[in-house]
Amino acid sequence: MLVNQFLVVAALLFSMGTYGLLVRRNTVMILLSVELMLNAVNINLIAFEAYLRTSEAIGQVFSIFVITIAAAEVGIGLAIVLMIFRNRQSANVDEYNLMKF
Amino acid sequence: MTFADWLSEPVNWVYLAIGAAVVASAFRVVTSQNVVHAALYLVATLAGTAGLFLMMSAEFVAWTLVLVYIGAVIVLFLFGIMITRAPLNVEPGLDNPKARPLAAVVSLSLFVLLAYTSLQAFGSDQLTDVGTPTDTVTLAESLIGRFVLPFEIVGFVLLAALVGGITIARRDLTPLEEEERGAV
Amino acid sequence: MIDFLVLAAEEGAHGGSFSEGGFFADTAGIMLISPFVAFLLIIWLGKRMRNDGAEFAIGAMAVNLVWASVLFFQNMTEGIVREVHFEIANIGRFQGREMIFELGWMVDGLSIMMYFVVSFVGLLVFTYAVGYMHGDRRVPWFFAAFSLFAGSMLILVGAPNLIQLIIGWEGVGLASYLLIGFYWEDLENVKAGNKAFLTNKVADVGLILGAILVGMSIGDFSFPAISEAAAAHSEALGAVAFAGGLLLFFGAMGKSAQFPMHIWLPDAMAGPTPVSALMHAATMVTAGIYLMARTFPLYQAFAEENGIREWMIPIGVITLFAMGLLALVADDIKKVLAYSTVSQLGYMMTAVAAGGYTAGLFHLFTHAFFKALLFLGAGSVIHAVHSNNMSDMGGLRKDMPKTFWTFVIGSVSLAGIIPFAGFFSKDEILATLDYEGYVAYMWIAIAGAFVTAFYMTRAVALTFFGTYKGHGHPHESPAIMTTPLILLAIPSAIAGFLNIPGVKLGSFGNFTEWLGARIVPMGDHHPEAIDWTLAAYGLAAGLGGIAIGWLLYGRDAETQLARDRLEIPLLYPLLRRKYFIDDAALGLVGFTGGPLARATDWFNTYVLDNIVNGVAGAVRYAGRFVYGGLDQRGIDGIFNGLSAVADSAGSSLRKLQTGRVQQYATSVVIGALVLVVVVVILQ
Repeated sequence: MLVNQFLVVAALLFSMGTYGLLVRRNTVMILLSVELMLNAVNINLIAFEAYLRTSEAIGQVFSIFVITIAAAEVGIGLAIVLMIFRNRQSANVDEYNLMKF
Repeated sequence: MTFADWLSEPVNWVYLAIGAAVVASAFRVVTSQNVVHAALYLVATLAGTAGLFLMMSAEFVAWTLVLVYIGAVIVLFLFGIMITRAPLNVEPGLDNPKARPLAAVVSLSLFVLLAYTSLQAFGSDQLTDVGTPTDTVTLAESLIGRFVLPFEIVGFVLLAALVGGITIARRDLTPLEEEERGAV
Repeated sequence: MIDFLVLAAEEGAHGGSFSEGGFFADTAGIMLISPFVAFLLIIWLGKRMRNDGAEFAIGAMAVNLVWASVLFFQNMTEGIVREVHFEIANIGRFQGREMIFELGWMVDGLSIMMYFVVSFVGLLVFTYAVGYMHGDRRVPWFFAAFSLFAGSMLILVGAPNLIQLIIGWEGVGLASYLLIGFYWEDLENVKAGNKAFLTNKVADVGLILGAILVGMSIGDFSFPAISEAAAAHSEALGAVAFAGGLLLFFGAMGKSAQFPMHIWLPDAMAGPTPVSALMHAATMVTAGIYLMARTFPLYQAFAEENGIREWMIPIGVITLFAMGLLALVADDIKKVLAYSTVSQLGYMMTAVAAGGYTAGLFHLFTHAFFKALLFLGAGSVIHAVHSNNMSDMGGLRKDMPKTFWTFVIGSVSLAGIIPFAGFFSKDEILATLDYEGYVAYMWIAIAGAFVTAFYMTRAVALTFFGTYKGHGHPHESPAIMTTPLILLAIPSAIAGFLNIPGVKLGSFGNFTEWLGARIVPMGDHHPEAIDWTLAAYGLAAGLGGIAIGWLLYGRDAETQLARDRLEIPLLYPLLRRKYFIDDAALGLVGFTGGPLARATDWFNTYVLDNIVNGVAGAVRYAGRFVYGGLDQRGIDGIFNGLSAVADSAGSSLRKLQTGRVQQYATSVVIGALVLVVVVVILQ
């Protein structure tokens, strides 16, 4: 098996995640897209690990870290979404426009 | 190596099947107009990814992915969807149609760039020693040994996220409610 | 992993050899850590303590003072040069050299002096704050942030390398932000905190770039390595000494409030008065001077060939003179002292920039005492009359005798009257300028001394003489506040004797020799004796200032205010508006935050559309201009047209900052893509 076949899948997932990040209006959907991107990163890490075969399995260790952080990110992200939803009765990002000058 | 050579290895057929499933369901995650479907497609993507991990001899991570993501994170997402009262049926307002062309161009060029660089960098390099999975002992020794500090920090981050999540999501009482509580 | 490096004592000013300092130098790191321990303890237990956690802060400072005093004494007798550092991480290879990130502490003449000043002034100010802050809001948090402030400063002065210095530097900036905005319920104070933080941040860019430039070019961030490379006139350093030196100087300008980045310091008065006292005396503003002194060989070794001094001295000279003038028109007593600090920092900066290592630091040393004294005295007055304005004070000398006498001692010391401390240190700066051949600057400095004496006399006269103009009946402050005043008045009066040129205190040597305990000799000039002609000029300027001030404000109570309202046309509004520098800076910030940010967003999102529109608009305006200009309006049309272009561009650009996160995200992704493509192509 080639390294590249996995890297290409990861690249596809990553760019799809980017697409979702940019077009989705619903905040939960945006978080889903971010998960997709993180997953692509994990594939990359595992593929490099399988390619280089470090004695300490560094790639896998880091992909575990990524998974953990992603879980934390979802928790916080959903809490924030919930909070905003309570205040504005909407989960659509384009209605959160308080960051205007 | 030609394409025919590549295809002659049976393991690559498995790869093609899983990869196609992953990519197709990922595509549906970002294009589906139904919120619950999108979340369920993410499950399919993650399951496929776990399959890819198994092919790359990363067993522990594959099962972690299944447990943590499919088991927990997706449930969290479904809760999020329920609580924010997202429409459960097809909902045309889920995307921002004006942003679509630009986003498509951007993500396409992102893909081209990523694919181009990795093709340039790795050519037809083979994965080493795919048959032997990384044993969990190695992983554990590395995690509790060399990377123990990051490990602890990540644990702390999780704790902070837990506390933060509760604090953020907890509803403050309105002054009226507070008065009622105080009266009791 | 732990690597104790004891640097070989080299021949220096201190009789040839230095000691390693023994137990107290080995454990000097306690001074760097104890304020942070106090910080945590206050956060944890502060609310439950009787004095709101001040016990911990004072305790930490007391421990520090013990260490600093012992080290100071040891340094007097034997001269200590020692560096202890621990390797924290390897930050990679650069040009074949391992770059190591180290933390540790430096124990040499310079840092011992700073340890002593910070601990001594810090202890007294903390004690004073117990009385001053009694019954105020959020007292535990105040002491916690105060400990953080002092601790960061100690991290900074103890730093054996540029990286730790930057850590302490940013810590000081953070703590000052917290303390300046301590009363954040008022928008004014929040703005003052922001102003201080942002101004410092601008300067920090210089510091960080300078540190990278200098550190990378010799492959080591540690100060001994930089000093040795400079002393050896190393090739690698010679090439960047000018740029690196100026960048570091730029960083120092921000922290040490040099013109034109002084604007934050007067506003920093928004914090409680003890904060101002500590900030102006021992911590924060001295950091810039300290940085210059720490990297002094870098400036000294290449000064002849790259002419870096010609760039730095004018900044110091402008600061010392122009900012002194501003103190003349301020009504707020703390503002008078704040501008006075800026002006005195100008003296120090001028001295260090002109090659007067000892002169600048000696002024820092004496200034720390009398400026802390003056601020604490002002705080005592404010505590009594509940107003910052001198127009609400007057005649307080009978009601507050201790405050009055100590304030007078601080003032005459600042005014440079013999035999108080300020006289000797200012005289040394004049001597340095004279010796290095900057005679014109020396005369400006003498004029600055006149101004200093003038505004201090005005402040003393308006506060303590004449009749009381405020409300209620003021009382002397409690003993916990007056005792620090008295303890600060003593060094303010006599610290000058530590460094009379050519005079040694028995076997202890003098301040010059104590400061000379560095790994690399500083090679600055030490005069053999006082130049009495020069001293006479300085003294005459000081006495003249006092005389004029006294004539104008001192004698009769009734006309004090009327005279203070005497407004010289042109000059008075100029000074009142602080030379319009604040307005200019605000405008710049407004431009980058508003139009510039909007323009950036515009480029990202709607490039094509607006190019078309813009071309059409420009053509239309051009047409209109030709028509209007040729036809009827003549020269007026140019201005109307230009302002119309600006106006319409502004209002159309205004819509482009949409507040939509995803548009911003798109820009970020595109930007990243472009960067990666550039990198790939370059490869």
